[in-house]
Amino acid sequence: MPQGIRDKVAILGMGCSKFGERWDAGPDDLMVEAYLEAMQDAGIDQTQLDAAWFSTHIDEIGSGKGGTPLSIALRLPNIAVTRVENFCASGSEAFRGAVYAVAAGAADIALAVGVEKLKDTGYGGLPVAHPGTLNPQVMPNGSAPGNFAQLASAYRAKHGVSKDDLKRAIAHVSVKSHANGAKNPKAHLRKPITAEQALNAPMIAEPLGLFDCCGVSDGAAAAIVTTPEIARALGKHDLVTVKALQLSVSNGYESQYNGWDGSHFHTARIAARKAYKEAGIERPRDQISMMEVHDCFSITELVTMEDLFISPEGQGWRDVLDGFYDADGEMPCQIDGGLKCFGHPIGASGLRMLYEMYLQLQGRAGERQLSNPVFGMTHNLGGAPASNVCSVAIIGQEGA
Amino acid sequence: MAGIAAWGAYAPRLRLSRKAVTEANAWVAPNLKAKGKGERSMANWDEDALTMAVEAARDALGPDDDRSHIDSFYFASTTAPFADRLNAGIVSAALTLEKSITASDVTGSQRCGLTALGQALASGGTSLVAVGERRRARAVSAQELDFGDGAAAFVVTDGPGAAEMLGRGSVTDDFVDHFRGDDGGFDYYWEERWIRDEGIVKLVPPAVRKALEIAGLSASEVDHFCFPSTFSGMAATLAKAVGIRPEAVRDNLAAVMGEAGCAHGPIMLAHALEDAKAGEVILVAQFGQGAEAMVFRATGQGQRPARGVTGSLADREVETNYLKFLTFNGLVEWDKGMRAEKDNKTALTTLYRNEDMILGLVGGRCRETGVVQFPRTRISVAPNNPAVDTQEPYRFAERRASVLSYSADYLTFSMAPPNHYGMIVFEGGGRIMMDITDVAPGDVETGLPVRMVFRIKEVDEKRGFVRYFWKATPDRAAIAAQTSQAAE
Repeated sequence: MPQGIRDKVAILGMGCSKFGERWDAGPDDLMVEAYLEAMQDAGIDQTQLDAAWFSTHIDEIGSGKGGTPLSIALRLPNIAVTRVENFCASGSEAFRGAVYAVAAGAADIALAVGVEKLKDTGYGGLPVAHPGTLNPQVMPNGSAPGNFAQLASAYRAKHGVSKDDLKRAIAHVSVKSHANGAKNPKAHLRKPITAEQALNAPMIAEPLGLFDCCGVSDGAAAAIVTTPEIARALGKHDLVTVKALQLSVSNGYESQYNGWDGSHFHTARIAARKAYKEAGIERPRDQISMMEVHDCFSITELVTMEDLFISPEGQGWRDVLDGFYDADGEMPCQIDGGLKCFGHPIGASGLRMLYEMYLQLQGRAGERQLSNPVFGMTHNLGGAPASNVCSVAIIGQEGA
Repeated sequence: MAGIAAWGAYAPRLRLSRKAVTEANAWVAPNLKAKGKGERSMANWDEDALTMAVEAARDALGPDDDRSHIDSFYFASTTAPFADRLNAGIVSAALTLEKSITASDVTGSQRCGLTALGQALASGGTSLVAVGERRRARAVSAQELDFGDGAAAFVVTDGPGAAEMLGRGSVTDDFVDHFRGDDGGFDYYWEERWIRDEGIVKLVPPAVRKALEIAGLSASEVDHFCFPSTFSGMAATLAKAVGIRPEAVRDNLAAVMGEAGCAHGPIMLAHALEDAKAGEVILVAQFGQGAEAMVFRATGQGQRPARGVTGSLADREVETNYLKFLTFNGLVEWDKGMRAEKDNKTALTTLYRNEDMILGLVGGRCRETGVVQFPRTRISVAPNNPAVDTQEPYRFAERRASVLSYSADYLTFSMAPPNHYGMIVFEGGGRIMMDITDVAPGDVETGLPVRMVFRIKEVDEKRGFVRYFWKATPDRAAIAAQTSQAAE
């Protein structure tokens, strides 16, 4: 295994726009909002940026292909800007690009910005993407909830969990995230909900009701990274460093080979194993302090707790119901409200998750602040369970 | 003498309650109340003449997916989806018939199903004939109640098979009882009394007499007389006119499925073959710009279909929602929502490059590891041996399968929401994420046995193109077998 990224790169600053139905803002406005906060946090001048990575997924309603949308919006000084796109892991990809550039010595200071403007489609839910020329001839005309909902039927079948028990567990996932999001001024949805509301909501894709699905929002987030040495030279202390960045991409095993049972994410388990190894973590359930995972749907979050080896396989639903992942539980998850309350502007989400972990590690999370977190983990899933990309990132106190 | 070696039939699972129609229309057409009895077969939104013909042909061909014995193929319909594209070619690809076969579309009149059968019987070699019809009628018309949708198919060989053809008679005369222009609109009919007395009564008997004469039989020797007509008592009147015994006149299935146009004579013939004892004489005739008549003698041999007309009619789901029928038939301008606004253009290059995969549901099997997969790829998916260029074509359409995971999706656009789809796993290996059709909420669960059906995938209304693919549907025979096993 390669040497890895542990402690080679520090986060110099981060920013995050207000997420929500940003009728007032275009993608460029959102990028500027996140960027200005990150620059102020980093305390550097624009001329100190060596390179930038820009993540956005949906060109048609976003900001377009190429690097110019970022460079023009921020008036960058003609530095390299690379646009990345990897479904819902796009934001994490932008971060990965910036971190690797710094680790490689190709840049002293690098910027990562992710943005998506979803509320310009005219309807709720993700836009209907152009699926190419072959897929629409064979693939079902499905939606994101319909694809992820299938985890539930396979999970029930594999672990012998009743429909009612699983529905109660995934309802709790959403109740917990809403309780957290209510405390976050940057979240889109800020009202707590009850289990009854979640259980009785209109059906979107069986068994996922309205409250089992994350919001649809506009937003942007940004990170500025550098080496620990440069960070210190810039007057920073108590650094938050990158411990692990892993990405695992489906190769057709799940969708074409009869080995996958449909109840979990094959790639997530691979990415998680590698990330723990890279970060030097042996007992994730004990050592990880907090998580932001890809809760595009409540069932996704539930199976992810097992895929990241936090809950034992088949027992995640019990941990959820026991409050293990609540804000006052042993492993706070979606402490900022998650995709559930922030919505999922695709290109921004990975960076938004890192933003919360960064604030928590710096003790700057206000009302949501957890006591003495050491490691924060983020996780993204893109595509669909049978064909996806999964990123796992771990950041933490320098030297931990 | 050539004969029918095997036959099959198909009626869509949905049966529209005529009472539901007449009650909905009573405010404007109280006169139609008399037609409010029984039910008519109703194609699902994703079924058409062509997909139903595929199902009937599969019923006739049986579960063996080696169809290399078929030399020629005839597809008959007056409601084929394409006016200029060989519809038989699509059916042929779906059935994975050999590329070297001859194939033709036979169309233009209500008797074209029997015409196709006659041509096949005269052609020599082994032929497949498939006849499908999805009839359109205006809302609140009598035809809406009389018509039905369905298909029949026959495997024709040089030997006698299940039924030996003894004689054929044809009459061709441009008697226009009704017509439909090439704009794909609706039928326009002339007066019923004129059609019956000047048309059917005068034009059908000469064809019947000619067929019997060639067969060397008298009319009284006919045991099964098949003649479709929406006029009640029409077959009995004809039987009397030519001397066929009244008890030989067969039920035209009007009460249980309606009349499936050019497929209806073939459907009645298929039904008669299911009932006929060895040695019995079947006479089938159909009217349309003249008439076609054929006489067969059942042998008691040949291959019986798994479903046939009887099995198809037994597999039914009553539909009482007349609005659903109107919507499925494009008779209501409805708000499909923004999610339906996507462009459904088909890349013809991609379709052709993947023809066997898309139309024939052909995947791959690695000749080194035996691993089966869909789609076929240059590098095998087997994790332990990603061999290169070892995949041989492997057909999935006739394999038994079951549901691994599913959802019922209310968000995405669907003609019949919620849209059911899921991961389908096949006995013998392979899996495909696919649509599940002919189901309602609560019907699907993990482990449900399913079978493959060829259906409309999407309709490109902008360009008039229909896209086809395979879908899973509950294997109700396998489910019934499981249930009875569990009860024992």
